[in-house]
Amino acid sequence: MNTLTRETLKSDRGQAEPFITPPASVAEIADGYMLEIEMPGVKKEGLEISVENNELTIIGRRSLPATEGTLIHRESRPENFRRVFELDPSIDANKISAKIDQGLVTLTLPKADHVKPRKITVS
Amino acid sequence: MNLIRYQAPNSTPWLALDRWSNLRDELNSFFDMPLWSGFGRTEQLFTGWSPALDLYESGDHFVAVVELPGMRKDVIDISLHDGTLTISGERKRESNNNGETSQRTERYIGTFRRSIALPTRVDPSKVTATYQDGILKVTLPKAEEAKPKQIQVS
Repeated sequence: MNTLTRETLKSDRGQAEPFITPPASVAEIADGYMLEIEMPGVKKEGLEISVENNELTIIGRRSLPATEGTLIHRESRPENFRRVFELDPSIDANKISAKIDQGLVTLTLPKADHVKPRKITVS
Repeated sequence: MNLIRYQAPNSTPWLALDRWSNLRDELNSFFDMPLWSGFGRTEQLFTGWSPALDLYESGDHFVAVVELPGMRKDVIDISLHDGTLTISGERKRESNNNGETSQRTERYIGTFRRSIALPTRVDPSKVTATYQDGILKVTLPKAEEAKPKQIQVS
């Protein structure tokens, strides 16, 4: 039931581009799941969401306008964001929708119709 | 079960895994950063949350860049006191818990606070800030006496 929360912790070794793992929250809502991922500095254009082999991959590439001046103190990370989740079989992958607002990615993952509770009328 | 802050009690097995991936990130980043800011980051493990801050300096101003994803502009509070810039605010739960159950919570909810001592004096009346794509940018013009001056040899 909660495979969505299962994260595919595939090794990043051998991967050309380094990514960082942004914090994510998963909540079960009325007819599906809601996934929130923090990707500060990512615009709509920099977001890449794909489903392959029942795996949901979210990549966020930052496109920050360069700040003038010399960097004298740094805590942020320069790498792009990436998060991979295994999709629960109850999720209808064709109906996944996403939005990004102030660096917060919100994905809505509705359950497929065949798993939704249904009333059966007695004839 | 009502989940309010920090971490879902029922997500313990995932937390353990998550710590590893965070730890890997921390270790990777540790070597990129000067030692002192590395210590600054470990502190956040004990004090709720404080966002990452970058500070830039150019001839006549400083720019503080703070990562604050998913906030509303009006809840971000910026103050300047004795040459210390403080950014604080509160992230509230957006959804009103209607039949919603958290399965995994890694995002911090609640108040945050981040302070940094500025290397030179700034002019408090000329501080401006923008918030876009979850990044807060505070521009702090240096005070007149702190600006670099060219002295002509006569």
